[in-house]
Amino acid sequence: MSVGDYIRNSQIWKSIFRHPAPYDRRNRVIVMLTNFFLHLHPVNVRQQGISLSYTWCMGGITFFLFLVETITGVLLMFYYRPTLEWAFNDILALRDVVTLGIMREIHRWGAHAMVITVWLHMYRVFLTGSYKPPREFNWVVGVLLLVLTLLLSFTGYLLPWDQLAIWAITVGSNMARATPFLGHEGPGYQILNIGGYDLITNASDARFILLGGRFVGEETLNRFYILHCVAIPLVVATLIAIHFWRVRKDGGISQPL
Amino acid sequence: MHGKELTEHVVFGLGWIYLILVVMNAAWTVRSYKSRRHFELPEVFGGAEVPTAGIWAAYTAILMMIATAHFTGASNPDDFLLTMPDVIRNWINLMANPVSFFAASTGLFCLMIMFRRWLVQDHIGWLLLNASLVFTALSMTDYDFRQIVGKPDNVPIVAMLFIVGFFTWLYFKKAVENDDRIDQGRPLLEQENNEKVLVWPDLVYTELICMVVVTAGLVLWGIALQAPLEEPASSVKTPNPSKAPWYFLGLQEMLVYFDPWLAGVVLPSIILVGLMAIPYIDFNKLGNGYYTFNQRKFAVITFMFGFLPLWVAMIILGTFLRGPNWNFFGIYEFWDVHKLEALNNVNLSEYLWVYSPLNSMFGGLPTAPAGAGALEGAGYIFLREGLGIVLVLMYFFALPPILAGTVFRRFYLRMGFLRFMVLANLALWMASLPIKMVLRWSVNMKYIVAIPEYFFNI
Repeated sequence: MSVGDYIRNSQIWKSIFRHPAPYDRRNRVIVMLTNFFLHLHPVNVRQQGISLSYTWCMGGITFFLFLVETITGVLLMFYYRPTLEWAFNDILALRDVVTLGIMREIHRWGAHAMVITVWLHMYRVFLTGSYKPPREFNWVVGVLLLVLTLLLSFTGYLLPWDQLAIWAITVGSNMARATPFLGHEGPGYQILNIGGYDLITNASDARFILLGGRFVGEETLNRFYILHCVAIPLVVATLIAIHFWRVRKDGGISQPL
Repeated sequence: MHGKELTEHVVFGLGWIYLILVVMNAAWTVRSYKSRRHFELPEVFGGAEVPTAGIWAAYTAILMMIATAHFTGASNPDDFLLTMPDVIRNWINLMANPVSFFAASTGLFCLMIMFRRWLVQDHIGWLLLNASLVFTALSMTDYDFRQIVGKPDNVPIVAMLFIVGFFTWLYFKKAVENDDRIDQGRPLLEQENNEKVLVWPDLVYTELICMVVVTAGLVLWGIALQAPLEEPASSVKTPNPSKAPWYFLGLQEMLVYFDPWLAGVVLPSIILVGLMAIPYIDFNKLGNGYYTFNQRKFAVITFMFGFLPLWVAMIILGTFLRGPNWNFFGIYEFWDVHKLEALNNVNLSEYLWVYSPLNSMFGGLPTAPAGAGALEGAGYIFLREGLGIVLVLMYFFALPPILAGTVFRRFYLRMGFLRFMVLANLALWMASLPIKMVLRWSVNMKYIVAIPEYFFNI
């Protein structure tokens, strides 16, 4: 009996994996049904649904990048403190002091790549008409995921707290000032007033809610940090679950039922 | 001026790019040799049959020499000869402006669709890839080009250009093939080899390999390029230009043509609502689960127009071509903070009341007399902007029924009232950007409706 067989026949191994090694057809079916991670997949799929030249693999890569971002993000959180005093210095330390300091690089490039792969995934889904019935709603979920991916990237952009960060966020969030009715430089904000006093001012408008202040400052950093590390990822994870579940329930990634 | 900035480091680095090109084209030569393709020389050269592989072999050899020159000839980078010729640089800088950029991207888009059959041939795609890579490599010899393209945050955008180009090409390749098959009544590409296979091992292993490749790519990328970190944040030192993150630069570019409430709030919302509405307004049952162009021309052209010229090209424009004060700069142009561009944009109401015979009759823009009440003031504003308001209302409310009755009659009949109105309005919103651009460039139109009193400018 070889060492491999000995390990695979041990009580510990058998208690973890509920199936024999997937060497024959029967066990290749069973592995898909009894393994927690694999049961996201069906047991068998149409050849076309896994052909790279058809799917471009972009949805899968996007999901994998989300996992990469989560793991590197958690590692970065060990070192990073979202305060005016420490934010920039912690990023410096991440670059100069921390061993194997490419986590921030992987996190940043992974984020850029994820934005691109999300777009390409959408491009492919559109070009193959895969949003057509019965998958209309999953396309809508996908659009929400696209927006959230952009928001994740946008909120993360502020965290290094360098010139690039705050001015990009300043430019981006200045738009909120012009929100119709709810921005203090937006059309129609004058309508929302009580007895001549404006309800919408630069200390109460949409931009103020976004930034937690009248300009990009410590409150904004805190707000974006929480959005970036907790709030948006939770929503994204939920929507990803729904997205994948619907792919299964709607009968695969493409083609009419 | 340009040549001076060429360093040994850059020349050596470019050597690697050419070496990669050599390897790529050597492989292509072998592929071409195996396919045994021939072509005929013109009569002047004797009209003999020549294997295509010969041409590719010669090209590869030239690339090899160029690469060698880069690896060995960097001792005095000032005298290095293989640079982008000044004539081309100056010509491109001279021709580059927002009008020509948008015209070129739209023109290329139309050509791509018209000549898709020619485009999808393997060797044409390969030629285009080579041309764009050589162009990029040559451009890298320019200091100003390197300054923009070489920014670590901009590298993914350059990569995106090639990736989007490749996948668009791949789409057309498959769509053209399928369209032919449909015409001839043969089974689609997607219907061949489409039996069910087990997920383990077929899919699981693909996923594993994919994860390894992506991880390796990210690690290499992370080692090669350091994530950018500028000076510590300072709320008093405003950089010029101040740019949003790159994926929002299409929206920032719209700020040139629309006020923030439209460009930054309303239009992005419409884009999202429009995207979500696609499955519900696309009534075409064909093209579900396979690549095709002929069966869904309207849908594909509309979506591609939104994605390629109006989104990706706008990001390129915003990232690489917009410099200080959001002025337009050619790709080889120095980002001069003092570049001045004449800006005398005129509102529609000024055209009506000031620059027309009405001026002498009524004496300029109608303004409320001093001490007028809010209601009276509003009345004057409506009088002043009346023409613009009517035009905008007609655009969104009169045009859809007209379209339903004429050009899009078949659509209207098949879609029903509600679906058609949603489609028409979304399409009109999408068209509003090019329309406003053309109005700005042709007649310096600033606002069609200008009510700065209420921050309401269209």
